Amino acid sequence: MNEPRIRIVLIEDDPQIRRFLVAALEIHGYEPHEAATAAEGLRLVTARQPDMVIVDLGLPDLSGLDLIRRLREWYPRPILVLSARTREQDKVAALDSGADDYLTKPFGIEELLARLRVAARHLAGQRTGDASGRIEAGALLIDITARRVQVRGADVHLTPREYQLLLVLAGQRGKVLTHRQLLREVWGPAHVESPHYLRIYMRALRTKIEDDPAQPRWLLTEIGVGYRFADE
Amino acid sequence: MAVERTPARPDPDELLQRVQREARAAARGRLKVFFGACAGVGKTYAMLEAARKQRAAGTDVVIGYVEPHGRIETEVLLTGLERLPTQQLVHRGITLAEFDLDAALRRKPRLLLVDELAHSNPPGTRHAKRWQDVRELLEAGIDVFTTVNVQHLESANDIVARITGTQVRETVPDSLLEDADEVELIDLPPDDLLERLREGKIYLPDQADRAQAAFFRKGNLIALRQLALRATADRVDAAMREYRERHAIAETWAAGERVLVCIGPDALSERLVRRARRLASALHAEWLAAYVETPGLQRLPQAARDRVLRTLKLAESLGAQTSNLSGETVADELLYLARQRNVSKIIVGKPVRSHLFDRLRPSLVDALIRDSGDIDILVVTSEPGAPVTALPRLPKRSSRHPAYLKGLAAVALATLICAGLFRILGLTNLVMIYLLAVVWVAARYGRGPSVLAAVVGVGLFDFLFVEPYFSFAVSDTQYLLTFAVMLTVGLLISNLTAQGRRGASVARHRERRMRELNALSSELSRERSREQLVRVLCQHILEAVGGRATVLLPDTGGHLLDPSLFCTRGRVPPPGQTRFPVPGNDLGIAQWAYDHQRRAGLGTDTLASADAVYLPLKALQRCIGVLALRPREPRQLEVPEQMHLLDAMVNQAAVAIERVELAEAARSASIEIESERLRNALLSAISHDFRTPLATIIGAATTLLSGPPGDIDEKHRRTLLQSLLGEAERLHRLAGNLLDLSRLDAERPALKRDWLAIDELIGAALAQLRGVLGVRVARVELAPELPLFPGDEILIGQLLINLIENAAKHTPSGSPIEVAAHADADWLHVTVRDRGPGLPVGEEQHIFEKFQRGHAEGAQSGFGLGLTIARAIVGAHGGQIAARQREGGGAEFEFTLPLHRAERPADE
Repeated sequence: MNEPRIRIVLIEDDPQIRRFLVAALEIHGYEPHEAATAAEGLRLVTARQPDMVIVDLGLPDLSGLDLIRRLREWYPRPILVLSARTREQDKVAALDSGADDYLTKPFGIEELLARLRVAARHLAGQRTGDASGRIEAGALLIDITARRVQVRGADVHLTPREYQLLLVLAGQRGKVLTHRQLLREVWGPAHVESPHYLRIYMRALRTKIEDDPAQPRWLLTEIGVGYRFADE
Repeated sequence: MAVERTPARPDPDELLQRVQREARAAARGRLKVFFGACAGVGKTYAMLEAARKQRAAGTDVVIGYVEPHGRIETEVLLTGLERLPTQQLVHRGITLAEFDLDAALRRKPRLLLVDELAHSNPPGTRHAKRWQDVRELLEAGIDVFTTVNVQHLESANDIVARITGTQVRETVPDSLLEDADEVELIDLPPDDLLERLREGKIYLPDQADRAQAAFFRKGNLIALRQLALRATADRVDAAMREYRERHAIAETWAAGERVLVCIGPDALSERLVRRARRLASALHAEWLAAYVETPGLQRLPQAARDRVLRTLKLAESLGAQTSNLSGETVADELLYLARQRNVSKIIVGKPVRSHLFDRLRPSLVDALIRDSGDIDILVVTSEPGAPVTALPRLPKRSSRHPAYLKGLAAVALATLICAGLFRILGLTNLVMIYLLAVVWVAARYGRGPSVLAAVVGVGLFDFLFVEPYFSFAVSDTQYLLTFAVMLTVGLLISNLTAQGRRGASVARHRERRMRELNALSSELSRERSREQLVRVLCQHILEAVGGRATVLLPDTGGHLLDPSLFCTRGRVPPPGQTRFPVPGNDLGIAQWAYDHQRRAGLGTDTLASADAVYLPLKALQRCIGVLALRPREPRQLEVPEQMHLLDAMVNQAAVAIERVELAEAARSASIEIESERLRNALLSAISHDFRTPLATIIGAATTLLSGPPGDIDEKHRRTLLQSLLGEAERLHRLAGNLLDLSRLDAERPALKRDWLAIDELIGAALAQLRGVLGVRVARVELAPELPLFPGDEILIGQLLINLIENAAKHTPSGSPIEVAAHADADWLHVTVRDRGPGLPVGEEQHIFEKFQRGHAEGAQSGFGLGLTIARAIVGAHGGQIAARQREGGGAEFEFTLPLHRAERPADE
């Protein structure tokens, strides 16, 4: 562990969860700083300039959404949201207002670590494959410069929209993208309320690149939230 | 089950009535009537004395109104008693001091004295008559002392008029006296009364002499006294009877008598009604008054029709049930009604025969007597010398001349045809052509023209076509037969046609009524909300009478609200757009109608000056609201038939509204019971299902923490940690399920509908369940080109997760699970199949119910809520779910979801 430890500010009001998260994060080589309220969290983020922030959506003094919006005014790095099951809408809203990913409580530490790894990667080189001009995920290869997609070496013909959709997802590999985000990126801001486009294109895309479209390997559905390109 | 009936057992209906009466009486004030034969017997004096006694006993006594007549004795008695101020009303330039009903209701004493029950209130007061004020006071729970003379009794009215020669206009319904809790007869022998009169102790208004002459004759006084005594005796008799019934002393049970009186359009009818009333009360019988409108009577002048309506109203006020029938003959309709209602006596007036023609026809009495069977017929004569207005002759239907002319034209045409065919046809056939003409005229224009056609036709035929031509020869007498036949045929045909026409018109009338009621009731039965029912009622009422109608509904405190629903014919504006202009005043009338469950306003005797009638919507248990109706033609309210139709419609609607409300109440009650039961089941289930994993968690955690570090070997440590995790996950699932359930249990779960693809949801569900499925193979069979369907993504995802998890939980690990989806035109079908032990036999349907587990308590705990939730989700989407044994072993769950969102458009 020569490189500096990743600094995380954890804003969570429940002391038990805080205790467990701090312990888990320390065990796995992160440097956690804890805050129990949004105000304290904001102060801590300003003071520590962390590499990423974990925010619980149910804070006592400020709604998690407002906190994210305030953070996003000046804080560009990854924000990970923790939410309870009753707050599906909040979750999507948090993602739409700038959070990078979410975890639903309760979660296993493996899930959290996976999300943090994705976030760290994004922190390092904003978009996967930007440097090489290619994205590789197992047997799937996206050649960005050549606008070409191959599965196990065989060319797959995609329409421009399908290609763009795949590229947006794969470009932020492992990160969940909401319906609105995808629609805005692929179809433009006028179509953010038409999620059925997305479903139809997603089905087509899966049929073309997945071995078993019903149990996809790469293009994963996050029920009620959006889609995610599988991390590994 | 045969009910043995001993003679001593009181009629249950009567018992019920008594119980109801007593219950009503408990809330009502008590009425004591000081009853006398005529003015001056000392009723007011006796009343005041009684009041003073009450006062001395500590009762809260207030004088509402007493006519002091300037008598010293009375004034003395008045001192020291609280007197309600009178209200001053100006009527035709004279200031009147009137009893103030509202002040009395506000003051609400225990006992209120109101003199002169029969008094008529001037316009501008709430009720037309003081007895109505008293009735309202009683209903408000105030005891009332009042006075009345026998000549004011409705049923005695005409007798008194005959005795004394003066008609008393101010009358009180007999029922008021009958229902009084106490009647005290204030009796003074005529000689003493005359003595008092001479001494000037009796106050008589302006025309003292005339009154004395006309009224205070000894003969009159004796007769009036007799009347008063008899009326009191009747009452005592009724009280005795009731006492005997109450105490089951029943040697004599009067057979249920029922009296029917037939009303005609003549002045005699009013007397008939009074006679019937007296007879009915003497027999303690119910009575009915009926008017039969025959086609002939339909042509009566307006005045006569109005008189019929007045007579019916009188009968109603005397306690009769009235019916307005229509039919071909009076006798048939009357007897039909009589048999239907078990009438034992029919009262009819002795007919006045003025025309020869009348004498030739069997009279109503004859017809009744002929067909009455075991019903007694009482024929009442008009009193000698009594003025009997003869039935006004019916004005003929418009001018009939054109009909006669057309009849003649028909004959002329026949003549022309005959002239043309004269050479070809024999005489017999020529006659046929004339006959044809007569038949046509009879069918077309009725009796008169057909007779004319027959006469002229035979004449012409004889004159023109029978030898010797152009003359009426003696030998032609044989054509008298031809004439007779033609005439008979003409009359027959015209009568038949007329009868047919009348029958049709009567039938049409009845049919219209029935149709209106039927249409209303069928429409009412379709509606499920109070607002809709009210709207339907308004529409139908307007179709029946026209004008404007609205229904005023009460708030929870029983105050009628400004109408929010308003209808005019054929159009229902959205609520709030136009309002039926019910001024504050009229809202008061409506409130009164609601509070007293009696109609008020236009055409009634309460606040008749209003321009709308207010009909309470009386249901079985309570009053639903009030219908305010401003008819286009106020006279329509006078027609009993129209009024009955309105009543029937209003009642139907009231019952329908009550039905809806009761159903609503029953539903919410049963929901409450069900949710109570569920709450209990839930609590016990929670205590069990939460404690078990918690026990493991606490146990495992304490074990891990106990002892010196390193004491627990790695293998045990892992086992303990595994069970910690497993049990925590179990709790997590439990909490999630309870959460879903509570959300779906809401009346209308808020669905967030999107267009969904079932394939990706199946994929996502399987991905989420990877841990649960373990090494199992999950096979997905999707039909190609599955359409998108509308649904709540999270819920449908949960549905799939629950079904797949359920399959995984109940089958041995390693056995395969299959998920298949296909679609038809309207539905998406999804099946989850396993190869486990299958469903418990006979439990295929119960498996979706709350707290059911597939098998008895087993290792797989967790409430069994998963399937309940699945069913709730499918239900919320308008789909179906079923479980069945799978062929070849295992279980199969199939759900369907609609592909079109037409089902519940209100969602979102």
